[in-house]
Amino acid sequence: MRIRVATPSGHYRTPTYIQGKVGVIEAVHGAFRNPETLAYGGDGRPKQTLYLVRFDQTHIWAHAEPVPFCQNDRLLIDIYEHWLEPAPEE
Amino acid sequence: MHDHDAPDSHLPLEADAELTYYEQRVEAIQALLIEKGLLSADDVRRAVEDMDARSPAVGARVIARAWVDPHFKQHLLADAKAAIATLGIDVDTWSTLVAVENTPTIHNVVVCTLCSCYPRSLLGVPPDWYKSLNYRARVVKEPRTVLEEFGLELAPDIEVRVYDSTADMRYLVIPQRPAGTEGMSEGALAELVTRDSMIGVTQAQEPSP
Repeated sequence: MRIRVATPSGHYRTPTYIQGKVGVIEAVHGAFRNPETLAYGGDGRPKQTLYLVRFDQTHIWAHAEPVPFCQNDRLLIDIYEHWLEPAPEE
Repeated sequence: MHDHDAPDSHLPLEADAELTYYEQRVEAIQALLIEKGLLSADDVRRAVEDMDARSPAVGARVIARAWVDPHFKQHLLADAKAAIATLGIDVDTWSTLVAVENTPTIHNVVVCTLCSCYPRSLLGVPPDWYKSLNYRARVVKEPRTVLEEFGLELAPDIEVRVYDSTADMRYLVIPQRPAGTEGMSEGALAELVTRDSMIGVTQAQEPSP
């Protein structure tokens, strides 16, 4: 899956460093109320499915200055479904 | 020695620094809630006291049990809250909890880059460094360097897994059981489980020889 790139106004919980990056779904946590409406007095519904998504560190920071990590180091992050889109074909 | 006659034996008392914008806002909201009878000053005091009373000892007890009881560890990894409830710990108000296990080939470390999400029910109040911009920004980008600063050097073939807890999940690291602890009691094992080892920036302590 790829993480959408977006800067909606207000509160959202998808850090910019992970946006546009391609990862693999490691686990499905279940449905949770959406923090983007919950933060403004809403009820957070409909609930959004929350996923644990796994990324290779070397992919996330590919264009940054070199930092010491090893080829199999990973980053795992919780992402709500509406931030996921199909990854482009290789 | 403490010499009360020396003129500079005590620093002068100073008034508290001026409240920040957000501190003022919190105080104003609290005053309103009390004025409207929605809660009392004692409720607020008690809530703060409860929060301060939580400590990493709860987490350490859970980890020690996981070290001695493989069935409990499997349950903890599959459904952490349900497993912890079997120890008689009240988990009703807890956020969803996920336990991740360190092994000889995998090392896990937890951060919240967006704020300071932390399993307070198990570990108490987070340390200041956990909330610092320095840790939050760097551990996702150069985890091995950050871990080295905590005194933890990991072999290149170990997979470092950084968990960025951005949402409703709270993550607990199950550190590896140190070598040489085979005959130890669960209580003695719990003493080796430090707060930092359950965040994943260190290993559990070695037993004293």
